[in-house]
Amino acid sequence: MNKAAVAADHVASPLLSLHAVTKSFGGLTAVNGVSFTVEEGSVVGLIGPNGAGKTTVFNLITGNYQPNQGDIHFTGQRVNGLRTHRIIMLGIARTFQNIRLFQQLTLLENVLAGCHYRMRGGIFAGMLWLPAQRRVEQEAIERATRELAFVGLGQQTLAVAKNLSYGNQRRLEIARALATQPRLLILDEPAGGMNEQETEALIGLIEQIRARGITILLIEHDMRLVMRACEKLVVLEHGSKIAEDSPERVRCDPRVIEAYLGAEDEV
Amino acid sequence: MSRANLLVTGLCAALLAVAPLFLNAYQVDVLNSIGLYALLALGLNLILGEAGLFNMGHAAFYAMGAYTTAILNTRYQIPVLWTLPLSAAVAGAFALAVARPVVHLRGDYLLIVTIGVGEIVRIALVNDVFGITGGANGIFGISRPTLFGVVIRQPQQFFYLIWGFVALTIFLFLRLKRSRFGRALNYLREDETAAEGSGINTDYYKLAAFGLGAAWAGMAGTLFAAKMTIISPESFSFWESVVLFMIVILGGAGSIPGVLLAAFLVIGLPELFREFASARMLVFGLVMMVMMVFRPQGLWPSRGGQVSLALLGKALKR
Repeated sequence: MNKAAVAADHVASPLLSLHAVTKSFGGLTAVNGVSFTVEEGSVVGLIGPNGAGKTTVFNLITGNYQPNQGDIHFTGQRVNGLRTHRIIMLGIARTFQNIRLFQQLTLLENVLAGCHYRMRGGIFAGMLWLPAQRRVEQEAIERATRELAFVGLGQQTLAVAKNLSYGNQRRLEIARALATQPRLLILDEPAGGMNEQETEALIGLIEQIRARGITILLIEHDMRLVMRACEKLVVLEHGSKIAEDSPERVRCDPRVIEAYLGAEDEV
Repeated sequence: MSRANLLVTGLCAALLAVAPLFLNAYQVDVLNSIGLYALLALGLNLILGEAGLFNMGHAAFYAMGAYTTAILNTRYQIPVLWTLPLSAAVAGAFALAVARPVVHLRGDYLLIVTIGVGEIVRIALVNDVFGITGGANGIFGISRPTLFGVVIRQPQQFFYLIWGFVALTIFLFLRLKRSRFGRALNYLREDETAAEGSGINTDYYKLAAFGLGAAWAGMAGTLFAAKMTIISPESFSFWESVVLFMIVILGGAGSIPGVLLAAFLVIGLPELFREFASARMLVFGLVMMVMMVFRPQGLWPSRGGQVSLALLGKALKR
């Protein structure tokens, strides 16, 4: 695999880095001085018990929330303070914990949303439907259909999003995120609500995404998925980081076992 | 469009085109009113139907356009139709200015703000703001429009002016709907967070929807001023905004044929049943209620089709 080579080029600065990021809501400190890095080409898992602040970290990275303290850098550029769509344009794409699709629209339209910012054409180009606009549209449709085929939804291009099964809705969200052509893909509980087979297929999909050279940061409760797919885990508890290491080491870390695995690992 | 659809659309258009030859001046005038409301509602449809932004102050933008034409024509003798782009610009710029600070509001909150905007504009006009709006009496003596050397004064002539503009609007908006811009408005309506999270500048598109919808209302205002030759604040009351809101929701939010159909029903039917006097509004209200209970998606709901199927076919072949 050429991941090592890709990563070696960027040893100097990781793709994503959080430095002492703190976010509080009123009196509650949801994220407390969290620092970690995501190296280019890797798959990193963010785990921790419910309410540990994982999704808040994601929302801080994508600008849905602004940190009270600390900085977030992506490809060496500070991203906190930017609006979400600007951050997406820099090359971070995300999915949502409780699936946020454009329910009434077709699969194709959903994925075209991801293509949007790389397309040109405003009101007048749209109204006049000039050859240039048609070309732009053609390219976007081609990219969108490719991404739909990539996640295995190529046969349902014109189906309406709300009619998809839960697992397929998660796949559609991934296709929409991939259509933005990201360098970093953030997945918030991608296996949530999936059965065993679907989870197995998802692990395969994550492998394929990674093979395209896209870095992945994911939140997941499914420990089999996390242990198999990730090469580094960041563990949060009560908003603070308690571990950042390889899955094997994290599994043996007494603090992690006490906080998380010990209580939940009943398999 | 399927062949059957094309046939029905063509038939309706042809029927409408020859209608003035068989109807009396009053009936043609009703059709002209319907045309103006259709124009206004198509503009509002961009804001309310496509982008899902609750705007119940559309009459304010309509008024901006009408007064722009009236003032420029009566004071500076600028030909009425020349003011068309200016009305669009004034109404559009006004919409951008008022929407900018409130554009982050959603649903009912935005609704209340837009009602406020509509009332402020109306009251400002009544109070002869800047001494140029003529107060409660409004402005009279607006000259007749001239198109290709023909002075337009008969209802039949206005019919072709107004409906020609409606046809052009439909043509442009149908294309806009399936373009990148049109889809962006739909993403806003469906899920703003997901839209922003897919790299779409949601604030920009909300403002663009307001600006474009208002610009169209402004141009409808020009045609209205030309048709009436007298305009006054009472033509731009809160009720007008409510009627337009109703047309869009009743027709099917985001659906161009639905909006046209609803414009015919909401404006045309009460005229048809004039002999029932006040009872007609009662029936009208009841029909509204029944509609919303049994068919909340509207008479002719939007069926998507925000993507050119021809282009999709080509993409799949490759």
